[in-house]
Amino acid sequence: MPSTLVEKYFRTEKLPQIWCPGCGHGIITRSIASAIDQSGLDKDKVCIVSGIGCSSRAPGYMDFNTLHTTHGRALAFATGIKLANPEIKVIVITGDGDATAIGGNHLIHACRRNIGITTIVYNNNIYGMTGGQYSPTTPKGDKGTTAPFGNIDKSFDICSLASAAGATYTARATAYHANLLTTLVKNALANDGFSLVEAVSACPTYYGRKNKKGNAVEMMEWQKNNAVNVAAASKMTQEQLEGKFLIGEFKNKPEPEYTSEYQKIIDKLAKGR
Amino acid sequence: MEIKDVRAGEVSYEKLIINPSWCKGCGICVAFCPKKVLSIENEKIVVNDIEKCIQCGMCELRCPDFAIYVGGKNNEKRA
Amino acid sequence: MKKEPRLMQGNEACVEGAIAAGMRFYAGYPITPSTEIAELSAEKLPYVGGRFIQMEDEIAGMAATIGAALTGVKCMTATSGPGFSLKQENIGYAAIAEIPCVIVDVQRGGPSTGQPTCPSQGDVMQAKWGTHGDHPVIALTPSSVKETFDLTVRCFNLAEKYRMPVILLLDEVIGHMREKVQLPEASEIEIIDRKRPACSSEEYLPFKPEEDLVPPMADFGTGYRYHVTGLVHDETGFPSNSTKVADKLIRRLVDKIEMHKDDIIQWEEENTEDAEIIILSYGCVARAARTAMKALREKGVKVGLFRPITIWPFPEERVLELAGKVKSIIVAEMNLGQLVLEVERLCNNITKIDRVNKVSGEIIYPEEIAAKVEEVL
Repeated sequence: MPSTLVEKYFRTEKLPQIWCPGCGHGIITRSIASAIDQSGLDKDKVCIVSGIGCSSRAPGYMDFNTLHTTHGRALAFATGIKLANPEIKVIVITGDGDATAIGGNHLIHACRRNIGITTIVYNNNIYGMTGGQYSPTTPKGDKGTTAPFGNIDKSFDICSLASAAGATYTARATAYHANLLTTLVKNALANDGFSLVEAVSACPTYYGRKNKKGNAVEMMEWQKNNAVNVAAASKMTQEQLEGKFLIGEFKNKPEPEYTSEYQKIIDKLAKGR
Repeated sequence: MEIKDVRAGEVSYEKLIINPSWCKGCGICVAFCPKKVLSIENEKIVVNDIEKCIQCGMCELRCPDFAIYVGGKNNEKRA
Repeated sequence: MKKEPRLMQGNEACVEGAIAAGMRFYAGYPITPSTEIAELSAEKLPYVGGRFIQMEDEIAGMAATIGAALTGVKCMTATSGPGFSLKQENIGYAAIAEIPCVIVDVQRGGPSTGQPTCPSQGDVMQAKWGTHGDHPVIALTPSSVKETFDLTVRCFNLAEKYRMPVILLLDEVIGHMREKVQLPEASEIEIIDRKRPACSSEEYLPFKPEEDLVPPMADFGTGYRYHVTGLVHDETGFPSNSTKVADKLIRRLVDKIEMHKDDIIQWEEENTEDAEIIILSYGCVARAARTAMKALREKGVKVGLFRPITIWPFPEERVLELAGKVKSIIVAEMNLGQLVLEVERLCNNITKIDRVNKVSGEIIYPEEIAAKVEEVL
């Protein structure tokens, strides 16, 4: 028997996952299952939707209603599910390329609507499935197979992007900070509106190797040493924060949720007749 | 030290259970085990000294492949 | 009490038909000349407890439609030319994942932005081959406002019956034209709902077909926790790398339609019994063809009209039969020759095939068709 958690929430006959050794995605996926468990959700009423890429293979291993869609479109499919049946708890698992490049438009509009979808972006800073091309979150100067001389694009801060676009809950943790990640996903699930949790993953196979970041363990050590909790960061100087990145909760400001607002229209029209 | 086969490929030390068939040998559990209980041999996880294990669950938390977890009451608690 | 006849647009009749058929979800994006379909859906759906959403783009409109369909709701999206191009990837998704939904394409001049307010029949081949890979296609094409109502209902019924996306090909003329329409009573309308599993969730194989090659479909959220993917998958719904599984799946999807061609294919013919020449046309052009036929008949010319209502799959058996009896089939269509390719493929050695084509953005006039008939005589 696998652990009680894994036995309860995973399609164990499909394990182990297709991911490379040391890929952070499995850790993140476990954290999500743990958050669902702590939230006490009914598996039959949870739908997990993904797009295309390494991260998007996660739902196939998870024992819920699961939908593996087209590249970048997970949030658009998820919007249809949520609006058609608001009783379903809709979770989107997506990657940095899937969510912010090809699916960038869907992301900002899902944020803007504040529709009740919990999105977890597995950010490994690279297109892994296609072999290591640079993504919108590959840091400037880093290499990918399509940035052989270093990436000249500026990268997105996914949480700031989502917050600015109207998401009512945004947060970030890493695969190393898996317990924090579970807590943040749990909080995200508790928000009725649109939530986004960026889960910093690690891709030792492509991003790590291309950029001499070391093996899986060294990449996890990097997460441990360079992540600063947003609460602690407020007491630090700019120099102290140089080269660091923030984790924790950035925004938690509930606002009326989209499908509830739509329901009000239906109810109003029903009364008028 | 008692070892028994639980299910195909699984090895139980009661307080710690490993599944080498799911292990991809990344070494994350080894690196973050505070008591140095674990190591990798032939690209698979092995338990060196189960007596040192304090069931902190750091291995289970960060194993990307769910190939190791703490047993007994702590297993139930984590679900 | 019988409903009063109403003056309405083709696009309006489409929405009336959709709601009568059970549509309770619409996701789309504004685009001329289909926009009235979105506007009227937005207005009417909440009254029947349905839901409308204007998505951020055409791709999202198709995606949300598919997502909603998985919860068990009957769904539609509508678009025109450029939007139809954008929807193609997800139409392919609906084909491989066997998602019932209706896509309306009100055809306008193309390619690209082309002629947004002008009629065209330039999307006939796109309806069949627009998405990549081999897949089944059902596309219906009405030539009046009343028929737009009827065929929209039929699109929903076929989508539900065969678990697949069904396309309604309108053109700008049919979409915007107003005609007096007597809508049927609800009791007069046949409604088909998708097959749902009769077995328990433990026994359920979401992509295991029954004898009709259609697998029963469970609604998300009802306890049948299953996986849906656009990857090639086996009967369990999970991806497979097996060449055998891939071959079996794609062939079944296509055979699903081949097997039920007789149920799906509809056409209309007039004066074909003694015809020496047959005009084959569809959509708004069929109206001009009918006028031309009547004028020629008055002059004693033995001309008939064949109008495919189901454009895909093409009514090939009947066209072949007719081809053996006539001197020529004249295919009149508002493109540079699309459906004529299908007629040529079937009948090239059997009869002479002539064409009347127009891509100016203007409709084909009856006189132009009549002139071609007289030229061929």
